[in-house]
Amino acid sequence: MTLEPGLYHLLTISTGLFFIGVYGFLTRKNLVTMLMSIELILNSVNLNFIAFNKYLWPHRLDGVFFTLFVIAIAAAEAAVAISIVINIYRNNRSINVEQTEEMKY
Amino acid sequence: MTGNQIIFYLLALLTLGSAVLAVSTRHIFRAAVFLLFALMGMAGLFFWMNYAFIAAVQIVVYVGGITVLIIFSIFLTQETGEKLPQQLWSRRFIAALASFCALAFTLTQIFQHTFNASKQTAIEVSVQQIGLQMLGTNQYGYALPFELISILLLAAMIGCIVIAIRLKPTS
Repeated sequence: MTLEPGLYHLLTISTGLFFIGVYGFLTRKNLVTMLMSIELILNSVNLNFIAFNKYLWPHRLDGVFFTLFVIAIAAAEAAVAISIVINIYRNNRSINVEQTEEMKY
Repeated sequence: MTGNQIIFYLLALLTLGSAVLAVSTRHIFRAAVFLLFALMGMAGLFFWMNYAFIAAVQIVVYVGGITVLIIFSIFLTQETGEKLPQQLWSRRFIAALASFCALAFTLTQIFQHTFNASKQTAIEVSVQQIGLQMLGTNQYGYALPFELISILLLAAMIGCIVIAIRLKPTS
C-alpha cells in the first residue's frame, strides 16, 4: 500500500464506512439513529461504485448511473422510513425499537 | 506529501471520524450533525475524484434533503436535550467485535485481489455526457431505469402521504 491515494485507499474508506454503519445499526435502539446508520451504509456503496468507475472502467459511465439511482432510492427510502417513524411515534409515543412490538407474535 | 494527498487524507479523516462519532455519540442531535459532516466529507471525496456532478447531487440530496428530514423527525419525535440511554457494555462490545472481524475479513479479501483496469482511454465525465446517456434509448442508454426510478419516487411520495396522514375520526 503506497502513500499515493488510489483504488485500494478508496475501497478501504468505503469498507470502513460500511462497517461503522453496521456497528451503529447493531448498537442503536432508536429508529432515527438506525436510519442514520443505513444512510452511512448506502453512502459507502456509492463511494465503491464511483471508485470502480474511475480506476477500472474509465471509458464508461455505468458507475455514475448506479450511484445516481442509489441516491434516488436512498431518498425515497428515507422519506418512507421517516413517515413510518412518525406514525409509530403517534401510536405509542416512543420510537425505541424495544417498545414497538405489537406485531411481534 | 503533495497537496493532492494531503487533501485526500484530510477528507478521509473527516468522513471516517464523523461517521464514528455519528454512530457513537449519545446526543441524537449531535449524531445528525456528525452524519451531515460525514456526508459532506463524502461529497468532498467525489470532488477529489473529479466527479463534480455526483458530488453536487450528493450535497443536494443527502446534505440538503435527507439530513434535514432526519433533523425534522428528531424534532418531532424526541426531546433533543436528553441523552439516549446507554447501551449494555456487552452488546456494544459484541457489535464492535463483529464489525471489526467483518472489516478485517473484507479488507484482506480486497488487498489479496488484483483488479484489472480497463486499458481504454478515459472519457470526460461531463453533465452533457451523463444527460445524453441517461435519457438515451440506444444500447447503453438508461432511459428505462430512469423512468422506473421516477415511478418509484412517485410511489414513495404517495406512500409517505398515505402512511403519515392522520384521518379525522368520523363520528
